[in-house]
Amino acid sequence: MTRKITITALFVALAMVLSYVEALIPFNFGIPGVKLGLANLVVVTALYVLDAKTAFAVSVIRIILISVTFGNIAALVYSLAGGILSYFVMLAISRIKGFSPVGVSVAGGVSHNLGQLIAAMLVIESLSLSYYLPVLMIAGVITGLLIGLVAKPVIAAMSEYMGREK
Amino acid sequence: MKKKDFILIAVILALALAGLFFIRTRKHEEGRYAVVYIDGEEFGKYDLEVPQEIVIETDRGYNKIVIENGAVRMEEADCPDLICVHHKSISYDKESIICLPHRLVVEVTGGEESGIDAVTY
Repeated sequence: MTRKITITALFVALAMVLSYVEALIPFNFGIPGVKLGLANLVVVTALYVLDAKTAFAVSVIRIILISVTFGNIAALVYSLAGGILSYFVMLAISRIKGFSPVGVSVAGGVSHNLGQLIAAMLVIESLSLSYYLPVLMIAGVITGLLIGLVAKPVIAAMSEYMGREK
Repeated sequence: MKKKDFILIAVILALALAGLFFIRTRKHEEGRYAVVYIDGEEFGKYDLEVPQEIVIETDRGYNKIVIENGAVRMEEADCPDLICVHHKSISYDKESIICLPHRLVVEVTGGEESGIDAVTY
């Protein structure tokens, strides 16, 4: 149990550091609201090297902590909508045979943007935002691909380490 | 990367491009009115032919909408991201400017509803 708490805390801390780094060096894609989402690297990795429940905890805790520390509290509801939807989509895809972490990460990136957009449409009670969907899908593919390509070697190294520890 | 990864990416990109294509090829009809919605409720409807300034103050903040040359734009706002202010001015049917922090939508609608071509006084 102690081991599990420690590892969860480490993952959350790492996600917070990555978000902070991203806030310091904004990777601007020229589209409002689109960012790389470096912290998602931690969630993708957690899905593979930890169990599903712990990975969910890591994702939700980091979103809340990042929002109340150096993030945007007003945007918390959108972050949670995107984070929770992308978690379940990534969990489902990772359980299907034939997908690598890259595919999982791409699905996560796209569904994260989709979740945020749906939350925004509910808030303003208007469908006019749906015209933004194709752009956000393409952005999600690009960011998901970048994160996935980095996640792959990280997962391989982590799995080996975690296996050795046990 | 595996084969299914590529298929997934291809499907998503195909859907996105189809969506973009659909949006681009929609009939571009000049709108007649700018309708302002707050919290999804209609706040006001303004004629695009009449140059005017609309100042909206709610407990969420302040927005100044300007109608000029048959187009509408967000002139000023005190929202944190200013995405609405940086948005280009709009004049075509169904185009919109959204100020998400203030839950405000400006949407252009067509003038076909009345069924009357013109009214003279």
